[in-house]
Amino acid sequence: MARYLAIRLSDLAIVLFGVSVIAFLMIRLIPGDAVEIMLGANAEVTDEQIALLRTRLGLDEPAITQYFAWIGNLLQGDLGTSLWTGVPVTQEIGGRIWVTLELSLLALLLSVVLAVPAGCAMAYFRSSAADYVIRVITIAGVTVPNFWLGALLIFLFFALFPSFPSVGWVDFSVDPLGNLARLLLPTIALAVPVLATLSRIARSAMLDSLGQDYIRTARSKGVSERAVVFKHALRNALIPFVTALGISAGYLFGGAIVVEQVFALPGLGRLMIGAIAERNYPLVQASILLVTATFVVINFVIDLAYAALDPRISLR
Amino acid sequence: MSAFASVARLGARLGLNARTLRRQPMVWVGGGLMLVQVLLALGAPVFAPYDPLAQDILARLQGPSGAHWLGTDQFGRDVLSRIIHGYRSSLAIAASAVAIALVIGGFLGVIAAVKGGWIDRIVMRLMDILFAFPIILLAIGIIAILGPGPVTTAVAIGVVYVPIFARLLRGPTLVIAASEYVAGARAIGAGTSRIIVSHILPNLVSVILVQASLSLSTAILVEASLSFLGIGTQPPDPSLGRMLAEARGYLLLSPWDSIFSGAAILLVSFGFNLFGDGLRDALDPRLRGSS
Repeated sequence: MARYLAIRLSDLAIVLFGVSVIAFLMIRLIPGDAVEIMLGANAEVTDEQIALLRTRLGLDEPAITQYFAWIGNLLQGDLGTSLWTGVPVTQEIGGRIWVTLELSLLALLLSVVLAVPAGCAMAYFRSSAADYVIRVITIAGVTVPNFWLGALLIFLFFALFPSFPSVGWVDFSVDPLGNLARLLLPTIALAVPVLATLSRIARSAMLDSLGQDYIRTARSKGVSERAVVFKHALRNALIPFVTALGISAGYLFGGAIVVEQVFALPGLGRLMIGAIAERNYPLVQASILLVTATFVVINFVIDLAYAALDPRISLR
Repeated sequence: MSAFASVARLGARLGLNARTLRRQPMVWVGGGLMLVQVLLALGAPVFAPYDPLAQDILARLQGPSGAHWLGTDQFGRDVLSRIIHGYRSSLAIAASAVAIALVIGGFLGVIAAVKGGWIDRIVMRLMDILFAFPIILLAIGIIAILGPGPVTTAVAIGVVYVPIFARLLRGPTLVIAASEYVAGARAIGAGTSRIIVSHILPNLVSVILVQASLSLSTAILVEASLSFLGIGTQPPDPSLGRMLAEARGYLLLSPWDSIFSGAAILLVSFGFNLFGDGLRDALDPRLRGSS
């Protein structure tokens, strides 16, 4: 276990390092640097002024020096300040991240609550007409473009309930009900593909688990059908399901970028697209690192939890 | 005829025959949808009733009619013709992206598994790094670097999908590389490249077919999302995602354009996914006969 942990920890460090390098390089490789974008078409600027601005923003240093300065500050908890507003990056991100977090968590909650029973039902009634119908519906759910679903929901609610607040944002602390009402449609639009994917995974995990010997044993010693399905089968089907849950964290953020755009939500996705367009290096770097590191760490913790629970995993 | 014969031979090799396929209506329905849409895309100039760029300001934002089956958009352009041409660019981009991901990702995954040791570790950590980025986000970054357009969009989606194929093919390759027949081939002097080409790749065909068709399905959605955000295909090229983005502005005035362009994306992605999903069941010997 100690050896397994050491390998996994070094892997985690390598991946986090690689992610930080890509986050750093990506924004710098985009043609047109921050200074060019800032000054725009302003023809009265002299070369000296441009050089001065570059020096002030620390952009005249070699890239490698800039990278290590960034990482050094990062390790001390300093993510830098936004190039455009001068506000600390943590503050800019902090103002937006709750929107994305609330949206993603609501979508995840909705997906899990519906996917587990749907998956169990499909597995239990496998090869029946109901199984086929739900399966085709889940495939449609996986392939429905979430921005289209969002637009259709807005249209539908506008036609049916003209006074319903479909788009825009109110903070939870200001108006809790208004906040949840405005998140209803975005949550559905973001959740449908995740819900469909998770219920398919729940189905196949349950099928696997229902076919095992211990299920036959449980049935033959007279355990009730209810206990067989929910206690013996479901519990053992959780491993692949929770793994899929970890992977879907990445999807949720990617989907949130698009859904925030459709519903005009002031989330992290819209902040990032704007920051990329204006080459706001510290802001882009910090938010990319935040999103990817969260994903990597969630999946690392899930892996580790399995190794702790199942001794066979660390032997591999 | 010879093309048909080689498809039949490939099918027989994979254990697919008329009987196993008859049990999989999803393969037929998905395959049919796929075929119709691919043919429409290939013959877009022939099948599209109008020029997808021709404007008719007097016939703006119309609903479905005899003249315009799926109505017209805000410039009076025929929606059906734009969808058919949109299929052409969507499918071309998605197919190129999946081809790029399959070749690079497949190569990396197979090499990592066969070589093992530190090569395996380095390659798979690189894949983990790429995999840590949300798909849309990484694609947006790559397109921003390379500049917008159909080719760069295909490259961006291809790069994003590389780790999917590398991870997927590494597993089965490890199993095959450890098998007795590969040990036997090695014993009679076969080199690594020969083992890969004649022993490993043929056994990966079914995994590749299934994943390629599922990946095409999602790559179409990624391309549509990028064009919807205004990052992928640029005007005036018709693109399903951008059609929807533009139609959204007129949603409350005339919903038809939005409904049809989104349904077109759903239908093409659905066809590939249904086909891939059914094919996976048909190819999986554990599921064969049990249903």
